[in-house]
Amino acid sequence: MTLAAASHGFLSPTGVEIAFLLVGLVTFGAAVVTVTTRQLVHAALWLVVALGGLAVEYLLLTAEFIAWVQVLIYVGAVVVLILFGLMLTRAPIGRSPEADSANRWAALTVAVASAAALVWVVVDAFRTTWIDLDGPAAGSTAVTGASLFQNWVLPFEALSVLLLAALVGAIVLSRKARPARAGEASPGGASPSGASRSGTSQTGGAR
Amino acid sequence: MHLAYPAVLSVLLFCTGLYGVLARRNAILVLMSVELMLNAVNLNLVAFDVWLSRAAEERLHSGQALTLFTIAIAAAEIGIGLAIVLAVHRNRGTSDIDKLRDTAEGHEPDGPDTDTPATGTAAEKAEATA
Amino acid sequence: MTTTTLAVLVPLLPFLGAVAGLLLSRTAPGFVRPLAVLPTTAALVLAVLVAARQGGGGAVDAVTELTPTGSVPVELALHIDGFAALVAVLVGTVATCVQLYSTGYLRDDPRYASYAALVSLFTSAMFLVVYSGDLMVLLVGWEVMGICSYFLVGHYWETPEARAASLKAFLVTKLGDVPFLIGLLALATEAGSFRITEILGAVASGSLDHPTLIALLLLAGVAGKSAQFPLHTWLPDAMAGPTPVSALIHAATMVAAGVYFVARLLPLFEASRAAMVVLAVMAAVTMAGSALAALAQDDIKRVLAYSTIGQLGYMTGALATGDRGAAVFHLLSHGAFKALLFLAAGVIIHAAGTNSLAAMSRMRNLRDRVPDAYWTMTVALLALAAIPPFSGFFSKESVLGAAEHVATGHTEHAPGAAGWTVLVAGLVTALLTAAYATRLWLLAFRGRGAEAPDHGRQPLVMNAVLWVLAIPSLALGGLAFRLLPDWFDGHDLTPTLTTSVLGTGVALVGGIVTYAAWRHTTALAARTPLGAVAAHPEGDAALVEAEAIASHRPAYGDLASAPDPSDPGRLLLGPVHRHAAAGFHLDAVYTALFVRPVRAGASLVRFLDREVVDTYVRAAGALPRLLGSAVRRAQTGNVQTYVSALLAGTVVLAVAAVLVATGA
Repeated sequence: MTLAAASHGFLSPTGVEIAFLLVGLVTFGAAVVTVTTRQLVHAALWLVVALGGLAVEYLLLTAEFIAWVQVLIYVGAVVVLILFGLMLTRAPIGRSPEADSANRWAALTVAVASAAALVWVVVDAFRTTWIDLDGPAAGSTAVTGASLFQNWVLPFEALSVLLLAALVGAIVLSRKARPARAGEASPGGASPSGASRSGTSQTGGAR
Repeated sequence: MHLAYPAVLSVLLFCTGLYGVLARRNAILVLMSVELMLNAVNLNLVAFDVWLSRAAEERLHSGQALTLFTIAIAAAEIGIGLAIVLAVHRNRGTSDIDKLRDTAEGHEPDGPDTDTPATGTAAEKAEATA
Repeated sequence: MTTTTLAVLVPLLPFLGAVAGLLLSRTAPGFVRPLAVLPTTAALVLAVLVAARQGGGGAVDAVTELTPTGSVPVELALHIDGFAALVAVLVGTVATCVQLYSTGYLRDDPRYASYAALVSLFTSAMFLVVYSGDLMVLLVGWEVMGICSYFLVGHYWETPEARAASLKAFLVTKLGDVPFLIGLLALATEAGSFRITEILGAVASGSLDHPTLIALLLLAGVAGKSAQFPLHTWLPDAMAGPTPVSALIHAATMVAAGVYFVARLLPLFEASRAAMVVLAVMAAVTMAGSALAALAQDDIKRVLAYSTIGQLGYMTGALATGDRGAAVFHLLSHGAFKALLFLAAGVIIHAAGTNSLAAMSRMRNLRDRVPDAYWTMTVALLALAAIPPFSGFFSKESVLGAAEHVATGHTEHAPGAAGWTVLVAGLVTALLTAAYATRLWLLAFRGRGAEAPDHGRQPLVMNAVLWVLAIPSLALGGLAFRLLPDWFDGHDLTPTLTTSVLGTGVALVGGIVTYAAWRHTTALAARTPLGAVAAHPEGDAALVEAEAIASHRPAYGDLASAPDPSDPGRLLLGPVHRHAAAGFHLDAVYTALFVRPVRAGASLVRFLDREVVDTYVRAAGALPRLLGSAVRRAQTGNVQTYVSALLAGTVVLAVAAVLVATGA
């Protein structure tokens, strides 16, 4: 490891590195726009750019299966879901001046501080570490599938249960609230006490 | 490729997401920022998995497996999160996080007058702590 | 039963009666009167039996130690000599009379049950003091009497006078009791025992190091309890209590406890000439001053109260001359006639509806309304004025004889100066005593003006008691002065010719002068109408008395005196009258010396507490409140703020951890 790192200078970029750097810049820029833009729908669309850029980064790291999953799930499903959410909450289309809360400067301070600390630590720790990208792909579908269904099959199944639970939970949460159901039930005569009471009071009022 | 590149990119993305979580007012935007943070972690996992599978002969591919799990969990999270936001929006008519202040002591009806100085002091306090 | 058993039962019976009376007062009201009278009567019978068995012979001593009590043992000890036996008989007699009298006097009183129980408890405590051979046990009885006195004086607690008087009685006697307790402890430490016999043995062997200090400390307690100058001021005010209480506590028993105590420990006091001189001066000042004050009082009971103080002065005077036989002789006869005087005064107050002599002097035929009280009170007043052959004459002459004996240097017991002091003061007091006794009699029974109100006959039991007590007042002295020396130390108590002639002479002079003054002033009475009578004359005697006491100040402007120009005392005393009526302003002196500084100190403490200490307390509350409101502003309810703070802290901690880990 140390020997491998010694043969590659820190600031002597290879072609992969340059590509990674450029795509990374795009990804980071898209992410920054996502969290700063005042137009909510634009934010979702810039999120697509950022997530897509990340998929490219995965490809550059030879993790192709992850990259396709990223495109499928994030770009295909999550962002669509988010757009649905924006529409359902009647988010304003166009510039909304109050997209950021008054907490902005505190948030910026915290974010910059943690970024500085983390960058410092990460660079200090891994500045000479070299990833050898030659040879067979580290994340081809075959390799990933083999490891997933050989070594990770039990967590995989557990995860499916988690997804099922999330499905049920989402349905329960999005269901219409109880008063509507009571309103449906009362004309049917399968009377909850509240409905019958309201009925008698109505008849009393009629007399 | 140097490991520092994906690691630094991951840090920057994470902190961008962090800023978004702390600064955005709309709950859906906050969820999007959370997605950013999760993706930053994913990038880290993949990069380290690639490095270790070559350098340390790690055959489990735990990094990539965990990335897949994270993606799945993130999908579940965004589903549940959006459901919650929708429910809140239906009940309160808003999905702005800084208007959901039921946990404040002496909870008052929301008003712009009371919000500003309170958050101002809190921000000062956060800055002082940072 | 042995004499010891009988003697133990004497204090025990009234105590049990008191407990039973208190317990049964609600469930069985019918038992209250028997439980009040019968144990006291039984105690009297037993006391007489004890006295008969003791018979003036050697002292009966019995000791039992309940439990070890440290260095100086406290033992349940009896020490019954002639003094104890006879004083116990007096206590029993007066207590029985008072209990009987009270059944009539407080006939309709709602608090009779507790009153009777307290009187029984008081009687029991006095018996304990009389019989006890151990000073600590004596102190128990002594203090129980103090607290009972407090409750009984405050019996009419609805009136502010009674409340103030009960507090005053308690505090002033306690003021004396504190040095008394210190003196007792010092005495026991030096003598090595609380037993009277052993203390007297130590005194005889001269093993006491500080007899003067101890004697003076003990004298303070005696002065408080026996109402001697300067701690006598509580006794006149204590007349705000019911009349039977005055008779029992403030004439015959409680105030006698101090004299009796000194009589018991007289050798100890004789060991210090300074103490004897102090005792003599105290006695002289007390008797002369109180007699002057008695001449100026308007309330009939206050006259008697001051006369009590004066007669107690005679007793302490006798003790100062080293003759305890004379002192206890006067104690016995005084107990009888003073109880009679008080009880008769109670009858008169009931009949007249007022306690004011000025008002009584404007009533015609009051003596016809209360013939029994009239005759018995005449006897008692003659005894008080020491006219032969009434009992007071013999006892008082024995005191004066003892003083003359010392003054002429016939004895080594006491300094001659003490003898002269007591003799001169005693003669002056005899003059004044006759004067105020005559004034009391004239004003009460020879009034002119409107017809006295007729409230029917007094309760039979009250009149009967008066006659019972009249017998010893009349005859005790003449019969006893020959027998008593056998019971006492053997000093001769026969009146000597010189003092008899002198004493009787000045007494007659006092009486005659007062009569002349009264003849001179009585014509003025018709011109200045005065007087207020009780609003409910048909009520029982206690109610009438309470109303009379309560109305005295509004009617006459003062508790003690009345602006009555027909008062012979005013003519006799001249300019001194104003001061004498106020008890020579001793209360004002106490107010200036003690009450005001204490009040000023209290207000200072109050100020410090309210303004200084409370400021800290309030600040201790306000500061956290301020901090809390400051901190509360951070609790905005905005989750993002919370998370910001949380993450900022995390960053700081992480950086710190990294720095520490890398050793930077």
